Amino acid sequence: MPIIGNGALADCGAIPAKSKADATAGLTRSPSVSRKLQIANRKWIYMSAITNDLNSTVRRPSKPVTTLPSVTVRFAGDSGDGMQLAGTQFTDTSALFGNDISTLPDFPAEIRAPAGTLAGVSGFQIHFSSTDIYTPGDDLDALVAMNPAALKTNLRSLKSGGILMVNEDAFAAADLRKAGYDISPLEDASLGGYRLIRVPINKLTAAAAKDSGLGAKDIDRCKNMFALGLVYWLYGRPLEPTLQYIEQKFAKKPAVAGANALALKAGYHFGETAELFSEQYQVPKAKLPPGNYRKITGNEATALGMIAASKLADKQLVYCSYPITPASDILHQLSAAKNFNVITFQAEDEIAAIGAAIGAGFGGALGATGTSGPGIALKSEAIGLAVMTELPVVIVDVQRGGPSTGLPTKTEQSDLLQVLFGRNGECPVPVIAAASPADCFAAVIEAFTIATKYMTPVIFLSDGYVANGAEPWLVPDVSKLARITIAHPTEKNSDKGFMPYQRDENLARPWALPGTPGLEHRIGGLEKQDVTGNVNYEPANHEHMVRLRAAKVAGIQPAGPGMLHTGPDQGDVLLIGWGGTHGAIKAATLELQQQGVRASACHLRYLNPLPRELGQLIKNFKHVLIPELNLGQLRMLLRDRYLVDAKGLNKVKGQPFTIHEIVEGAQALLHGNVSAYEVNAPTNDVVPAGPPGATID
Amino acid sequence: MSLPPTQPLTVLKPADFASDQEVRWCPGCGDYAILAQMKKVCAKLGMDRSKTVFVSGIGCSSRFPYYMNTYGFHSIHGRAPTFATGLKLARPDLNVWMVTGDGDALSIGGNHFMHLVRRNVDIKVLLFNNRIYGLTKGQYSPTSEHGKKTKSTPMGAPEYPIRPISIAIGAEASFAARAIDVDMKHLEYVLERAAAHKGTAFVEIYQNCNIFNDGAYDYAVDKSTRSDNVVYLEHGKPLIFGKENSKGIRLHALTPEVVDTKIVSADDLLIHDEKAPEPSLAFLLSRMRYPDFPEPLGVFRAVDHEAYGDTVRQQNRDAIAGQGEGDLQSLLNGEETWSVS
Ligand code: SF4
Repeated sequence: MPIIGNGALADCGAIPAKSKADATAGLTRSPSVSRKLQIANRKWIYMSAITNDLNSTVRRPSKPVTTLPSVTVRFAGDSGDGMQLAGTQFTDTSALFGNDISTLPDFPAEIRAPAGTLAGVSGFQIHFSSTDIYTPGDDLDALVAMNPAALKTNLRSLKSGGILMVNEDAFAAADLRKAGYDISPLEDASLGGYRLIRVPINKLTAAAAKDSGLGAKDIDRCKNMFALGLVYWLYGRPLEPTLQYIEQKFAKKPAVAGANALALKAGYHFGETAELFSEQYQVPKAKLPPGNYRKITGNEATALGMIAASKLADKQLVYCSYPITPASDILHQLSAAKNFNVITFQAEDEIAAIGAAIGAGFGGALGATGTSGPGIALKSEAIGLAVMTELPVVIVDVQRGGPSTGLPTKTEQSDLLQVLFGRNGECPVPVIAAASPADCFAAVIEAFTIATKYMTPVIFLSDGYVANGAEPWLVPDVSKLARITIAHPTEKNSDKGFMPYQRDENLARPWALPGTPGLEHRIGGLEKQDVTGNVNYEPANHEHMVRLRAAKVAGIQPAGPGMLHTGPDQGDVLLIGWGGTHGAIKAATLELQQQGVRASACHLRYLNPLPRELGQLIKNFKHVLIPELNLGQLRMLLRDRYLVDAKGLNKVKGQPFTIHEIVEGAQALLHGNVSAYEVNAPTNDVVPAGPPGATID
Repeated sequence: MSLPPTQPLTVLKPADFASDQEVRWCPGCGDYAILAQMKKVCAKLGMDRSKTVFVSGIGCSSRFPYYMNTYGFHSIHGRAPTFATGLKLARPDLNVWMVTGDGDALSIGGNHFMHLVRRNVDIKVLLFNNRIYGLTKGQYSPTSEHGKKTKSTPMGAPEYPIRPISIAIGAEASFAARAIDVDMKHLEYVLERAAAHKGTAFVEIYQNCNIFNDGAYDYAVDKSTRSDNVVYLEHGKPLIFGKENSKGIRLHALTPEVVDTKIVSADDLLIHDEKAPEPSLAFLLSRMRYPDFPEPLGVFRAVDHEAYGDTVRQQNRDAIAGQGEGDLQSLLNGEETWSVS
């Protein structure tokens, strides 16, 4: 789903109709200024057209072309096979082509799991479409399996009758053994339900790049490009974006660039000339609202949102972090933004990271830290200090599978209760969750806006799926983004001197900066006397302060939408979600509506405070279903808060929901078939996303 | 043209650096003397109250910021270096001091302490070493002697102490010094030296906890014994101590030894060099410990290293000079955009 960038989520009713987009208008590429010069003379024309690049193939559909509204493809292979790169390239090309896209990278936690084993399989799923889409797709139309392990772990996601491309050169006895096959699945009847296409990718890559000057081992590493070329042919995609990428990436290694380009083209030619395929497919571009688009992942959008917030607030950003999967990319991105005067601090540990962020906030900067669940556990005490000292700081939690080290590269939504309650004392913190990769941009700006307006730490929740997944993003016009206004006092606020805990209408205390003459004051973690901020242990004062801090957070008014709504505000079933499940829940709700169910969805961007209108909305529905990638954390909160008999649809497999799972869950609930669904949940499933993967309880 | 009104130059006195908060250390605690000296140095050096920040962790010593009429941040146990680092990164214009104790800096905060020193963040660190946990009422600390009997070690501490200056030097300290709470003049000198240092200036201050570890430093304070038990370090001067300067320290291979200055000439004694690029000598001095050796007081090491924040800010300036100031719109556009009309 494409997202409007300027704070409002492109959601049901939130944006103008998309039908204005002219489907026949030519697609032009507007590279950023930095790249404009490099590619000024390289205007390219897309798909099924004749290119003006004489070096590359003439792309004329050589076989009958079938038009499809949308397609889901997964590249799967060993971690060393370059599947993430192949997937990213396919995504970039499809995005530039004008499709709506949604991706799901899925890779092992170990950098080098034993080659060829099930644990070492790395996959990248892309859903590209000519219509609005919200998820990376439930079932695969095509699967590329580079070895037996990839075949075994991914086959279950392939639609029956789907295209299955395998690298038959990787199916020797030893490869089969590592994947636990006794007999080759290529030889028995087990793949009969699919359109099996056997391609000797190793041999063909070797032949294609034999004159590149590279050794056999290096040539072998180009086989992902061969596979990519073949898939490009199958879906009529242009080679130029990837050829250009190869050229730039290996500018200093022309032989490597040459071999990769040869492999890519060879894959493409192979599709054209081999008799393996009887037809080609095309997925026309999507009708998106007019404007400038780019592809963006959640971590990218988070980093960009932080830089934007610093510009909008006219404040230095100080981002302090300790490397941790899957949050480290935010640190990398911000470290490269030194020309925006961003300061990044790679701390010695998680505690130091938040300490430095709070220290920077005390000094008047926009302090932020980013981590994942285990890091939040370590930062808890310091978050409490920020609550007590009422200093602004943004804490990013890119959730992953837990507990403990858990599943570092897999997604989960199981930190909700931790971020809300995982601290000593009555310690309220606002919590904002991004609904999609691109929404991270607006949501993190919102987090800074609230942190500075209310003088409070704010927790920003992302997750592995949101962080690494990509979608098209309608780039916002910077001049239209709302400024973040911040005022620092320069004068004493009382006759008796400066009162650091005197509050404004939002119950926020003044953000007085060191360096301001006359406002010298001391803050700390001991209980504060109301108004003066002096250390105070009196019983009545303590209760008053506990209630004041709670009231301040409870009274927060969101700057952007507190929740996103799909469907009418009354009906039979309301699906309530939060975070990265937005796309799947929304798509499921639309499907339920098509099936005649009076279903609506409401997606919370604010987990604390909960949107005010939520209580009434819940009352308008007969049933409430809460799909979550945990065992029912939001459900527990809403049951407590609204005394509603909400049901949970819960999945903790490290994988996002499929649309189908949610539709089934809602139908099961409406038909009173709760236990039947539970029984269906597979237990020791090696398939990353196989329906039905969730339980209702 | 009229002359601008002349502003009387306000000269602050030590008392001007006192906050309105009642000081709540135990009567007789060594912390009082350190507080008094600090205020004196602040006044003497003409520090700007509004630009000075005291950051602390948790412990008796960490109450220090509440008593200074400057900006202050009393943070959480062991983590003061992290808040101070973030503050100094955001605000290089501020004069940041950190007050900590032996438990705060070397036990719960050992990791942060090491990295603060290693980075050479431009912060002055005062470690009040009383070799005991005072605030929690008398457990042994990482600097308590082996065998020390405390509430949590009724049969004696089974651990060996660490030496704060050894730790600081091991962590590449650019400045390390030691003083004693009651030796006012010398403490003042050391604080002034710390204030003048660019980078992390680490000062260990022997501090008497008269409630839980009274007399821990009697050997170094008592008039009758002190001259035999401490040696004052002076750059470029031989290490001489004892009544009537009767003793000196000589280096025998890599080991220091106490010699009689009537027999060994001053030229053969160990000459202190606080600017030595290699920290080996400073480290060796940090190992000298009562009762085998006099304990050195003064500046062990003071070398020039670029401070952390300066490097960080220079990188930003270089990036801006090289790439031009970042333009948000083109950053958001990214490398590749496509337009839909
Ligand atoms: S317990 Fe010891 S260190 Fe703490 S205030 Fe009392 S005398 Fe000073």
